[in-house]
Amino acid sequence: MNEALLQVENLKKYYPIKGGKFGKVSETVRAVDGVSFSVREGETLGIVGESGCGKSTTGRMIMRLIEPTEGKIIFQNRNIMELSKREMRKARKDIQMIFQDPFASLNPRHTVGHIIEEPMIVHRMGDKKERQKRVEELLELVGLNAYHARRYPHQFSGGQRQRIGIARALAVRPKVIIADEPVSALDVSVQSQVLNLLKDLQKQFHLTYIFIAHDLSVVRHISDRVGVMYLGKIVELSECEALYNHPQHPYTKALLSAVPVPDPDVKTDRIILQGDVPSPAHPPAGCAFHDRCPAAMDICSKEMPMLKTLEDGRKISCHLY
Amino acid sequence: MNDTLLKVSGLRTSFFTDDGEIPAVNGIDFTVHEGEILGLVGESGCGKSVTSLSIMGLLPSPPGKIVGGHIFYKDEDISHAKESRMRQLRGNDIAMIFQEPMTSLNPVFTIGDQLKEAIRLHSHLSKKELEERSIELLKQVGLPRAKELLKEYPHELSGGMRQRVMIAMAMSCNPKVLIADEPTTALDVTIQAQILDLMVKLNKETHTAIIMITHDLGVVAQMCHRVAVMYSGKIVEEGTVKEIFNRPQHPYTKGLIESIPDLHDKKDSLYTIKGSVPKPGSITRGCLFAPRCEFVMDKCLEQTPELLGEEHKSRCFLHQG
Repeated sequence: MNEALLQVENLKKYYPIKGGKFGKVSETVRAVDGVSFSVREGETLGIVGESGCGKSTTGRMIMRLIEPTEGKIIFQNRNIMELSKREMRKARKDIQMIFQDPFASLNPRHTVGHIIEEPMIVHRMGDKKERQKRVEELLELVGLNAYHARRYPHQFSGGQRQRIGIARALAVRPKVIIADEPVSALDVSVQSQVLNLLKDLQKQFHLTYIFIAHDLSVVRHISDRVGVMYLGKIVELSECEALYNHPQHPYTKALLSAVPVPDPDVKTDRIILQGDVPSPAHPPAGCAFHDRCPAAMDICSKEMPMLKTLEDGRKISCHLY
Repeated sequence: MNDTLLKVSGLRTSFFTDDGEIPAVNGIDFTVHEGEILGLVGESGCGKSVTSLSIMGLLPSPPGKIVGGHIFYKDEDISHAKESRMRQLRGNDIAMIFQEPMTSLNPVFTIGDQLKEAIRLHSHLSKKELEERSIELLKQVGLPRAKELLKEYPHELSGGMRQRVMIAMAMSCNPKVLIADEPTTALDVTIQAQILDLMVKLNKETHTAIIMITHDLGVVAQMCHRVAVMYSGKIVEEGTVKEIFNRPQHPYTKGLIESIPDLHDKKDSLYTIKGSVPKPGSITRGCLFAPRCEFVMDKCLEQTPELLGEEHKSRCFLHQG
């Protein structure tokens, strides 16, 4: 459990904004600005944050679906940033992805059977007969039926489509699955079905998950460790229990207190943050959170806090600690 | 608190398509009292948005049509009111805010143009008074630099600010009832907390009744007084928020509450409601929830239960002897 399977070091993605004459680069958007974390084998690392904080970009960079500007991604002692396109394609056999929108991520012109079989064809696994048998196994594994293989995506509901997406990700027997908001498009009653399925599959195949979501309760349910992102940076990363029971970073505290709890008897002392998330093209100087932070000090607007490790193993970037 | 403002009785709204009549709302009854916040919850396709459009007289017609029942505003039946009468009511008496603030604001007019238009249609103010009133409204919803905002376009505002503008517009003529259709679904949690806070504040200050349409039980628990749970075009349970959350009677309500991952307590696996929401009109006999219910009896498949009870009503044979 303690072996780091995947390690991300100082990952950055800058997008230039071109403007003016001759397309000169006038500004840069720092979508992800120096993110580091490691994922142990068999665990689930949750990444939470509000829209635009760079959580999805981080997920896609690990797959190299988005080419990082800078940084290292070490998977099984190999820096996958140095791989060629062809080698990278092979490496993706071990890292698969589940996408948010089950309506957009399945090709409407292919049968479900073909959709699930395709990654196996790409990675040259088995012959046609073996692959078809595997497709049927996979469909049953995710709670669908073997005869569904002949149908098309539009014949399925949102929850069923997400199951198809999961079956496709599992087809090549990956070690790591990056799930980018896999349940946010689903209704609560279906959401819980898919979350349970993901947990069962993890136990059964000893999978490692990177679970990206904006819903804090969902992330708590599925994760062993959780990283909170704000404006392209990780502000706090810790064991799930510690983070939710004793949040330390002012942003984590505010975020947790803002979640409406489905129990009328619980009256939380909400910390209402003022204003909006600043644009990543013009992040505030110093700590990116200082202009909304209830505990801001003088130093916060001048110096950027570093990610420190506290006694309990929690990582935090805040001048308070 | 006990003056009935809006009374919906036996409302049935159908859509007439090539595949025949689709009953989106199939006989619902509820009342809204002065100054209260009523939550209308349910999953996608349960008919909660169609209910609100029916009340506002905004159903796309054809294909939508109110085929039965009445909607009383004070003592007047507005279910088949003339368009000219509805125009008087909309804004002055019943106002509405929508889920996606970007699509409900016109991108080619300034905030000021749109806000002033709404006020001008319902009152006779001079140019100067209009300006003053707009600024006052924007300040009321907590927007800074109100004067400059009037000259800005919707794309220059963030999602939270746009929703505040929508609320300002809806509140411009002091309506008695405000229908809010998923007003915070498109927003991040910290911004959602700001908007919910604002709505509760406006409710207390202006005594405007709010119908809060949402799929998020957390939102309901935190801000509503009473709640009606909808399933497949019918209300299955209705009562005060405390009653519904502490003593849910209908198996669907119970399932819905239990399938939400808890922010403060971690369980191994989540409760799930099996299956998915049926297509409207596909079940013609018995209780609509029977195929997914774990307490299903023979009676449930034969007869349709009624919504019975005094303060706490439910549509289930388990509680009707």
